[in-house]
Amino acid sequence: MTILRAMLARELRLALRGGGDVLTLVLFFVIVGAIVPFAVGPDRALLARIAPGIVWIAAFLAMLLGLDRLFRPDHDDGSLILLRQSELPLSMVIAAKLIVHWLVSAVPLIIASPFLAVLLSMEGEALWRTILSLLLGTPALAAFGAIGAAVTVSIRRGGLIAPILIAPLSIPVLIFGTGSITATQSSAAMLFLAALSLMAVALAPFAAALAISSAED
Amino acid sequence: MTVRHLFPPLTLRATGLSWGRGGMALGANVSFSVTAGQCLLLRGPNGGGKTTLLLTLAGIIAPLDGSFAIAGAGEDERVLHYCGHRNAIKPRLTVQENLAFWAEVNGATGSPAKAALDEVGLGHLADLDAGYLSAGQSRRLALARLLVSHRPLWLLDEPTAALDSEGHELVTRLLDRHLDMGGLFIAATHDPITLPDLARMETLVMGQQP
Repeated sequence: MTILRAMLARELRLALRGGGDVLTLVLFFVIVGAIVPFAVGPDRALLARIAPGIVWIAAFLAMLLGLDRLFRPDHDDGSLILLRQSELPLSMVIAAKLIVHWLVSAVPLIIASPFLAVLLSMEGEALWRTILSLLLGTPALAAFGAIGAAVTVSIRRGGLIAPILIAPLSIPVLIFGTGSITATQSSAAMLFLAALSLMAVALAPFAAALAISSAED
Repeated sequence: MTVRHLFPPLTLRATGLSWGRGGMALGANVSFSVTAGQCLLLRGPNGGGKTTLLLTLAGIIAPLDGSFAIAGAGEDERVLHYCGHRNAIKPRLTVQENLAFWAEVNGATGSPAKAALDEVGLGHLADLDAGYLSAGQSRRLALARLLVSHRPLWLLDEPTAALDSEGHELVTRLLDRHLDMGGLFIAATHDPITLPDLARMETLVMGQQP
């Protein structure tokens, strides 16, 4: 347990001391959402209809942006090899990294999402559902991202390949994510979203650990 | 110095070990054994397979053929420190935080972090961002990691890389003391490491291909 705590503390410290990174992600998220109205034109009815999709696409892209930070620095400076000699199983090490990755790359987006929702002229009720759906769905995006990052960690410039690998995996998250904002059966979609997240978060550390230990071979 | 046997007597024995990377064999059918209080120096040209052998022994790369076993250790016990040519030091964390993290991860069974930093000559830099350390200082910090957690088997890849002559003496002193405590180490090196007691040293010359 102390090792897990040490892992969490280290990851949080590293993420927060590189404070600019977190802000960059949030700005990217808001900007992606904000340029869409310029592209589709000032039709408020149309905007309100596609707004949930835009929020989710923006969140998806912003979370891709932070993926390369997940394992690559540890791989490049040799920490990953040493972590495999620790008392803690590699999957737990990855679970700790995944938790912190979600805290520093998804939570800021969730906090910033009302701002984006207002820019996209979403109404009160939909605004709350947006926050809730991001809260339920982003763990799955982070978990799939961790798998993609682990598979590509030993490939130079693998940061460009990971998004291609995980985009298909993330489709269900986007479907149920936007569904839980717009659909008439939004509570059912939210349950699906939560189930997806639980499953992805439970499996990802093991899959990523397997990918990392076979990558070095 | 008095001999303190802190570690259980380990023996690392390799029989018919072949190792390599990416399908290319770098060493074939080599047998050796290292017992507590002994060390093995790996010598050979660049690309001779020294690092690959160390990674194989650390369990990172699967051996191509043959096997090795560490006798005398518990089933799930972590007995080794790997010290590669990458120092695993995080900029943005202070020197002290870097070391404290590894002490927690590997178990703080050795000297306290402060004492270890003093030992390797970084005591006065404890609160400096580790990103500002020079190559030699980073190496010293990596060596301090071996001191804060006691593990009997050290696998060292170029332990003296980037170190000054005083650093070389430091490495020799640390290695000698480690053997005194009943530890063992395998080191890949180009620099001559000479321990006071030559009977403890064996050398494996590798990478002589036709």
